[in-house]
Amino acid sequence: MKIRVRFSKTGNMKYVGHLDTMRYFQKAVKRAGLDIAYTEGFSPHPVMSFALPLGVGVTSEGEYMDIKVNSSLSSAESVAALNRVMTEGFGVSDYVRLPDDSKTGMTLVFAADYTISVNEEGSFIPPKDIWEGIETKFWQDSETIEAVKKGKHGETLMDIKPLIYFIKSEYNSDNPVRSKLYMRLAAGSRNNLKPDLVIEEGLKFFGLAFDRCDFNIHRTELLNESLVPLKDLGEII
Amino acid sequence: MSKRALPDKILMQVDKSARYIGNELNSVIKDPSEVDVRFAICFPDVYEIGMSHLGIQILYDMFNRRDDVYCERVYSPWTDLDALMREKDIPLFALESQDEVRKFDFLGITLQYEMSYTNCLQILDLSKIPLLANERDESFPLVIGGGPCAYNPEPLAMFFDMFYIGEGEVVYDRLFDLYKEHKHKGYHKKEFLLDAANIPGIYVPELYSVNYNNNGTVNSFFPKHDGIPFKIRKQVLTDMNSASYPVKPVIPYIQAIQDRMTLEILRGCIRGCRFCQAGMIYRPLRERNPEILKEYAKEMFRSTGHEEISLSSLSSSDYTCLKEVVYFLIDEFQGKGVNISLPSLRIDNFSLDVMSKIQDIKKGSITFAPEAGTQRLRNVINKGLTEDDIIGGATECFKGGWSKIKLYFMLGLPTETEDDMKGIPILANELAKAYYDTVPKEERTGKCQITISTSFFVPKPFTPFQWAVMYKPEEYLRRAGIVNDTMKEQLNRKSMKYNWHEAYTSVLEGVLARGDRKVGQAILNAYKSGCMFDSWTDSFDFSKWEKAFSDAGLDMDFYTTREREEGEVFPWDFIDIGVTREFLLKEWHKAMKEEVTPNCRQKCSGCGAAVYKGGVCLEDKG
Ligand code: SF4
Repeated sequence: MKIRVRFSKTGNMKYVGHLDTMRYFQKAVKRAGLDIAYTEGFSPHPVMSFALPLGVGVTSEGEYMDIKVNSSLSSAESVAALNRVMTEGFGVSDYVRLPDDSKTGMTLVFAADYTISVNEEGSFIPPKDIWEGIETKFWQDSETIEAVKKGKHGETLMDIKPLIYFIKSEYNSDNPVRSKLYMRLAAGSRNNLKPDLVIEEGLKFFGLAFDRCDFNIHRTELLNESLVPLKDLGEII
Repeated sequence: MSKRALPDKILMQVDKSARYIGNELNSVIKDPSEVDVRFAICFPDVYEIGMSHLGIQILYDMFNRRDDVYCERVYSPWTDLDALMREKDIPLFALESQDEVRKFDFLGITLQYEMSYTNCLQILDLSKIPLLANERDESFPLVIGGGPCAYNPEPLAMFFDMFYIGEGEVVYDRLFDLYKEHKHKGYHKKEFLLDAANIPGIYVPELYSVNYNNNGTVNSFFPKHDGIPFKIRKQVLTDMNSASYPVKPVIPYIQAIQDRMTLEILRGCIRGCRFCQAGMIYRPLRERNPEILKEYAKEMFRSTGHEEISLSSLSSSDYTCLKEVVYFLIDEFQGKGVNISLPSLRIDNFSLDVMSKIQDIKKGSITFAPEAGTQRLRNVINKGLTEDDIIGGATECFKGGWSKIKLYFMLGLPTETEDDMKGIPILANELAKAYYDTVPKEERTGKCQITISTSFFVPKPFTPFQWAVMYKPEEYLRRAGIVNDTMKEQLNRKSMKYNWHEAYTSVLEGVLARGDRKVGQAILNAYKSGCMFDSWTDSFDFSKWEKAFSDAGLDMDFYTTREREEGEVFPWDFIDIGVTREFLLKEWHKAMKEEVTPNCRQKCSGCGAAVYKGGVCLEDKG
């Protein structure tokens, strides 16, 4: 039986890297007592795949892993069983059964939603015109957005505009450090755009330097090509 | 969100920042304001090494079972963070509460290997605790050392307030109770230490004086005050089944070096290899009850979901209920995604059967530790493993389908001759020959692989070889060269590989292992000149250590190449490990005569450890 689990990774857990998160969940499903299926061979491990790695330093409430189980309790019971064994910062929100012929989250993921906020540990106070300008002048009004993108084959100069599905700015005039940027970016194995690069280019557009530590980056959802959240591709049991 | 000592700016910059955030599975969270004693327990090396250590998990679990104690973990910040903490003036913190170590009542540092001594100073320094014990007043934590290197604590005497000689399970409760008592009546460090010195196993260095002879050796060692014991008696857990066990071990997010659940089946060793310190200081051998171990294993799996379980002991094959426990683990865990790893097993039908069930024969390898290349030298070191055992065992492995063998040896053992050195690759060649003789061509998947590793022998306190000389680094490398050259002359050289250990590290390890109080100054000099993480090849700088010794007016050769007389007073002689000096000396003489000593189960040799009235000493030796 194929199961998709949606989980969050917040607080200090943003410093736990992708491979370590995988190892964490390999153990967690066993502690939770899920009737998980194992791979064959001398070092069997749970059949498990993650939709999209999350960069170190990024928090999320929209992470996905697909697992295989031999039998299952209800979605609600399974979510509760998993949450009983989570450490602080990890939490499971959804547990849905997938059709047997469904593709893995990894192959389906097409876009990711992010919320960017200002890190209060830093000293950056966003100016209104720039914060709002990232949505309008930088994204909407630009024909192309040239950026140096680091990929598997080194650095390439490319137009990232088509990879930005939207940017929405929300400026808080009473408390500028409470301002937010919402963005939906290309994600997955074909095209993947990191939110850091978008903020960096956005600030550069207005002549500002980018310091990663001035921002909190938070992923909220992963979606397929029809822009449906991955969890909605399964059914609650 | 829980507290964090380091800001994002730093955590985003350093490698593996998950080392520093705490909050791991099964880590203990308490309210510090509700305890009497805050104890920071430290492994002075990088997190993923320290987190692999069973001893720390045992103490952490045991201390935290007390409601009045909160024990938290501390490890050495890696060099990248170390530099940032110094630059930005951030004090070292404990992982759980992320509070400064400086605010704790105790800082306990485990001394597992000599090459971590400068890291002890790093820990103190980053914690903003004065390095010298006599510069620390009541406002600083009491610094206590334990672990195998505490059996010669003298090189570190100036930095520590106390050492604990023995197994942690035994007297810490008394220490905590005493501390609480002093805290309630008004804590004065000096008064507390005077009382603590009377707890068995506790050594307070500043309460003792050392006099030296003109030649630099120890003349006498004595307490400065009346009522302070002359000898410190090692504390031993006589009944292994009565102690607590960390069935909910802390599981790190990042991968530890030993990433597994550990089941300690026994402590001590019956074998009496003459080079082995663990084999002497942990005497007598004591076993755990198999039923209790089975419960521990189940409980650990429930609390961790781990994918590997391993047995811990100096020699698993000497555990009387080994079969029962191993077959239980296989039944219990196969199909639950748990690998079973069985280190330190002698090769016999049982172990081969088990290994064929738990490892992929094509990839797996079988390990032998003959330690010496000829039977003569194996007799000298009392390693009861004959050439027939090794070749016979290996042949069985080859028949079973294995083709990879790892061999471990030491170079520089007492009485070692060129024949002994050459004996190493010759033995390896015999094994390769046995492979080609045993496995028909059509069944071979390629060449067999015999990997030879040699380390350089370092004499340790409380072993029969504590009288042995060491050599200069060049001499060690010459010996490794002989092994290498001889290997190249072997018929089956293409099936062999040879790795040898760093010689300069071994020499320094030897100096620190048998050092006296004077060596403390050199350690301080070395640390101040930038030495740290000396067990890491990349950061080890022997030339800094040479200068540190000469600046302290000390000669390394005094501790290494000098011949020690039989009657010499050693810096560690004030410690009583049960095993007597007479026994060790007798063993030293027997070694020179190439005579072997039977193991504890064959015949008791009256080593002295029977005073603990436990374990193998009480077994019927029918
Ligand atoms: S007293 Fe005898 S049985 Fe006990 S540890 Fe010593 S040699 Fe072994």
